Amino acid sequence: MPAVQETVERVRALDVDQYKYGFVTDIESEKAPKGLSEDTIRYISAKKNEPEWMLEWRLQAYRRWLTMEEPTWARVSYPRIDFQDYYYYSQPKAGPKSIDEIDPEILKTYEKLGIPLRERDALLGIENSGGSKVAVDAVFDSVSVATTFRAELASAGVIFMPISEAIREHPELVKTYLGSVVPVSDNFYATLNSAVFSDGSFVYIPPGVRCPMELSTYFRINERNTGQFERTLIIADEGAYVSYLEGCTAPQRDENQLHAAVVELVALKDAEIKYSTVQNWYPGDKDGKGGIYNFVTKRGDCRGDNSKISWTQVETGSAITWKYPSCILRGDNSQGEFYSIAISNGYQQVDSGTKMIHLGKNTSSRIISKGIAAGHSENTYRGQVSAHRKATGARNFTNCDSLLIGNQCGAHTVPYMEARNASAQFEHEATTSKISEDQLFYCLQRGLSQEEAVALIVNGFVRDVLQQLPMEFAVEAQKLIAVSLEGSVG
Amino acid sequence: MLEIKNLHARIGDNEILKGLTLTIPAGEVHAIMGPNGSGKSTLSYVLSGKPDYEVTEGSATFNGQDILALAPEERAAAGVFLAFQYPIEIPGVANMQFLRSAMNAQKKARGEEEISTPDFLKLVRLKAPDLGITQDMLRRGVNVGFSGGEKKRNEILQMALLEPKLCILDETDSGLDIDALKVVAQGVNALRAPDRAMLVITHYQRLLDHIVPDVVHVMHKGRIVRSGGAELALELEESGYAAYGQDAA
Ligand SMILES: Nc1ncnc2c1ncn2[C@@H]1O[C@H](COP(=O)(O)OP(=O)(O)O)[C@@H](O)[C@H]1O
Ligand SMILES: [Mg+2]
Repeated sequence: MPAVQETVERVRALDVDQYKYGFVTDIESEKAPKGLSEDTIRYISAKKNEPEWMLEWRLQAYRRWLTMEEPTWARVSYPRIDFQDYYYYSQPKAGPKSIDEIDPEILKTYEKLGIPLRERDALLGIENSGGSKVAVDAVFDSVSVATTFRAELASAGVIFMPISEAIREHPELVKTYLGSVVPVSDNFYATLNSAVFSDGSFVYIPPGVRCPMELSTYFRINERNTGQFERTLIIADEGAYVSYLEGCTAPQRDENQLHAAVVELVALKDAEIKYSTVQNWYPGDKDGKGGIYNFVTKRGDCRGDNSKISWTQVETGSAITWKYPSCILRGDNSQGEFYSIAISNGYQQVDSGTKMIHLGKNTSSRIISKGIAAGHSENTYRGQVSAHRKATGARNFTNCDSLLIGNQCGAHTVPYMEARNASAQFEHEATTSKISEDQLFYCLQRGLSQEEAVALIVNGFVRDVLQQLPMEFAVEAQKLIAVSLEGSVG
Repeated sequence: MLEIKNLHARIGDNEILKGLTLTIPAGEVHAIMGPNGSGKSTLSYVLSGKPDYEVTEGSATFNGQDILALAPEERAAAGVFLAFQYPIEIPGVANMQFLRSAMNAQKKARGEEEISTPDFLKLVRLKAPDLGITQDMLRRGVNVGFSGGEKKRNEILQMALLEPKLCILDETDSGLDIDALKVVAQGVNALRAPDRAMLVITHYQRLLDHIVPDVVHVMHKGRIVRSGGAELALELEESGYAAYGQDAA
């Protein structure tokens, strides 16, 4: 059998068993009644003890959403979603007040995922691995169950807490910034999220502060038929710096689960935010059954001069990915970056990319996208770069490469470029290649196994992007890439 | 050491090797010469296990082991090395990393211990300069941006590091100027050893001035049609392949 054919066969044999996070946690949960109505929203808001203004905000979003249509422009296809067939809120029944009250089952879940929620365990892990400290906010279905190292962060003036708490404790900050990057009416899923979001992380870094450790949120969908609608808001005040990591997994389930998150980043003058994601939602089984629908709106606003926002993403999971982390380069000399590795296998569909909107003078952006398609998957890069009339001296460099493994997958590149002033300089490079029989045989002839060869070639392909990830994450991502292309790793 | 008997092989419906018989004892260097299209590269691919090539008849054993039954990577671990006529590029994979992965994969397959980073670096530093392989070439992607000659020298470096038992060199001389040819030939000669067999495939006699073979075989239409000493190469140089129905081009 020709080597590539064989790889394809093995990739096809990709089995749900290979998704190692597919376990279900058995805990009692409390859910909102199924379906979506104003009552659902009142229920969520009441559960969170929200102030009246927040409820109003949600209801307005909901009314707006009722008038909107589900977008169809992305290169993905799926049966119509029945939004009344989901639960919009689920929380573990015994609501935790401190780490010691967290249901041991949940603690175990996070342990299995390799994320210790007890600070002393986290510290122990660091000692053993020689890594650096990472503060974690763990979101289980609709609620944040634990946030570590909060006290230590607070002493640096950093606020890191579930957004549900921030709404109560820091209403002025939330009111100022929530919806200021992704407006309530932005798009179908963002509007839905605005109406029903349950939890997520809130970060505020005060002026001049370099956040003393990496911050991280770990999302886990557990309940059946439950949508997860988290909301993340990160503000780096003038001259501040923060690096933020996001990870996610879900159990294996036959039905499709909905995940519609909104992430807003605000970088004020001279501030920098680095946001990294390793997305590993359940991708569905080998026949394309089940898996997460991931419809996410992520946007950063370089609001102040000389600010910088950088998105790095490694996308391996989800049945469908619809996601375009973007930057609005409002401040003069501000910089936006997007580094992406998107891997699709089985029957996964990925439509992902970025938007770089140049508004300020001498703004620059850089896009490096690596799409890898295997099996029967479809992988689309969709990017938009635009320079406003006043954005003189705007510069963009885009490089998007696609790698195909086998003959039944597809890779597509859809770039839009628009410069409204003559001084803008946009550069675009794109390639599509295949792992060739010849490359594989060359590796085999030197003694590498089929799996080692594919992993080596793919890792070479994504090297520029992996280099952007924080060390621990890069190692994790490299492993994930090998696992995602398993089937080639027997 | 290498024993090929009545070997028939094809690609699709196209039979290319048509009953090839060849024996190379340990310690010897054999050359195969022949016109383009006679099946020389095909032989090297069949011996190293390239997919798509189907053996329909005959056998090939290496130290008594049926190598045709092994997967390509198992053949590599057993000591079969092919210096490619057209070495392949692998972007993003540093040459150095590739060499090390290959070396350790073979060691692992043989149940040996992996080589440590310092030992590996030492070894490369020892072997690379003689072949004119620079630090830059070691850092770059495998064969990416290498000239034709650099690619060929890189093949010989891999051979020197992996220390195979059967070295097959497919037109390693093609595209080399005379200086590069000498460097490559020196590299190959340095690897001549009593426990190692070499099969040097070439179209021209020129290479054999520098790598003097024990035996020269002439291949035509998928068979060995003549064998002789080193002087046979000189004779071919003069008469060309005309006697075999084709000009020496
Ligand atoms: N992939 C292939 N499919 C079909 N025929 C091939 C293929 N590769 C080589 N051949 C044919 O096999 C014959 C021998 O080729 P090759 O082994 O490359 O000869 P040489 O190396 O002696 O020049 C030629 O007629 C060539 O056209
Ligand atoms: Mg040839």
